[in-house]
Amino acid sequence: MSHSTNTVALIVCGALFAFVTALGFFAARWRRGDLAILDEWGLAGRKFGSVVTWFLLGGDVYTAYTFIAVPALVYGIGAQGFFALPYTILVYPLVFILMPRLWAVSKRHGYVTPADFVKGRYGSSSLSLATAFTGLLATMPYIALQLVGMRVVIEAMGVQGDWPLIIAFVILAAYTYSSGLRAPALISIVKDTLIYVTIIVAVIYIPYKLGGFGKIFDAAGGTLPHHTGPTGKPGALIPGNDAAYGAYATLALGSALALFMYPHVITGVLSSRSGRVIRRNATVLPAYTFLLGLIALLGLMAIAAKIKPASPNSVVPDLFVKFFPSWFEGFAFAAIIIGALVPAAIMSIAAANLFTRNIYKEYLRPGCTDAEESRVARLTSLVVKAGALVFIVVLPTKYAIDLQLLGGVWILQTLPAIVGGLFTRWLHRWALLAGWLAGMTAGTLMATEQDFKSSVYDLHIFGTTITAYEAIFALALNLVVTLGLTAVLSLLGARRGPDETTSGDYEDADHEDDPAAVPPRDTAAVPA
Amino acid sequence: MANERFAHNDAGAGDADRGSRGRRASRAWYLLLVPPYIGLLWVPLYAKATPKLFGFPFFYWYQFAWVIATAVLTWIVFRKVR
Repeated sequence: MSHSTNTVALIVCGALFAFVTALGFFAARWRRGDLAILDEWGLAGRKFGSVVTWFLLGGDVYTAYTFIAVPALVYGIGAQGFFALPYTILVYPLVFILMPRLWAVSKRHGYVTPADFVKGRYGSSSLSLATAFTGLLATMPYIALQLVGMRVVIEAMGVQGDWPLIIAFVILAAYTYSSGLRAPALISIVKDTLIYVTIIVAVIYIPYKLGGFGKIFDAAGGTLPHHTGPTGKPGALIPGNDAAYGAYATLALGSALALFMYPHVITGVLSSRSGRVIRRNATVLPAYTFLLGLIALLGLMAIAAKIKPASPNSVVPDLFVKFFPSWFEGFAFAAIIIGALVPAAIMSIAAANLFTRNIYKEYLRPGCTDAEESRVARLTSLVVKAGALVFIVVLPTKYAIDLQLLGGVWILQTLPAIVGGLFTRWLHRWALLAGWLAGMTAGTLMATEQDFKSSVYDLHIFGTTITAYEAIFALALNLVVTLGLTAVLSLLGARRGPDETTSGDYEDADHEDDPAAVPPRDTAAVPA
Repeated sequence: MANERFAHNDAGAGDADRGSRGRRASRAWYLLLVPPYIGLLWVPLYAKATPKLFGFPFFYWYQFAWVIATAVLTWIVFRKVR
């Protein structure tokens, strides 16, 4: 579908964009802190309560690209794309168990990034560098994909060219620079309101127009077997064989395990006020999961509505253009654009934190001052966004999508060091490094062997074929190497790195009013 | 909980005992977090078209139901575990 310029939609969308821009700059003064300190710029002083954390993590995890890509996948191949639902269900029990421990130890030792924690726990600079490097590698294409999400909706309003994208990103860069994590936190409240309204209207109004959900599922069930995915397999409304079951389950599990290893999600977790806030959020964040399930159904609605998108990513915009009046189209597209700005800001902050803490301060300027640290992080956030912009404007979108797929495989390889470290000091730093290298290599090879057409791999082993998500195979290899080598190194008595944490550091007070959990304002800004 | 923190610092044997016993009892609640993994990762269990609910094939509404069930289970653990 080609689009003519839609003035009404552009005005509504532009007005909402202007509003969040003002909010972004105002955020510097919200819960004022000394932004010349990285804890304040990059983690907003670690004092967000349950409500702000809910919006922030919601904006962080359920990105604009998700809203575009999940329905596109469901439109293309049906049930397999729906794995996003079990994925975002199964992630929260993990968050509930793991993240309060990471929060507590990070608070006690002033850790800002996952690589900081790895350094403190294992006393290993190389393992910490590997963690930081993986985080940067996985985050960068993710930022670029947010731009892809923005571009498809801008095009759907009939505006061609890259200039709106460039303007939006320059503005985003400016207020992220000045306000830090406070900007996406404040904007995420507006973003989520827009998204909830848009989706609730869409899943009531569009099925009403199409004759009900029964008709939608019937139409999709009839059409999907005629669709073919990138690997040539037909689509299906319901997974129908062992390979499909294996792929579905491992995609859900692997993605759930990987999600909270992403630096930007850890940034969101560490900015909260207490372990209790994180636990409570693990019980209420599934509201977004329910929403995501409804969004996934938009893909089936598009099939029933006989939408023929120019590219898979324009399934949702085309659906909205077909059913919504202009003004609501503008509202819905603003929701997606703002939904891209929030995670892009958090991701660039997380990348900046990683570079500053684990590369700049570690290798380039050891012992730099707090003010210098914060200044470098702010500048890095600009560089990261400029890089993502150039990537999307200059190179084909496919590269960003391929790299983001690989990013999921890569980031999961940091799990043994991070999650293992939260519970035991038994794992040896060299074994973890070797496991990481094995997992990264195997994962990358599996993805390139299939030319990035699928993130599911058929492993022929012991006379049978196992079909699973590449990241899960890579993680299995990683764990085998890590555990095996740790056992060997322990027998040999290889020296462990110094561990600066104690077991008590991982227990949070689990009480919001506990003075240990909420230090007075002026000391909160100074990391221990 | 103050006595749990003491338990960790090994200060006051009596306190430590009471703290760790209470803790072990409350840890059993974490088992409630296991069912969602079984219910959702065992795909053949629910890869079916029927029974339908409001026009939704079983495969779809079953997973939506787990969103709510998992949230409730997590909330129970949140209330019970100190």
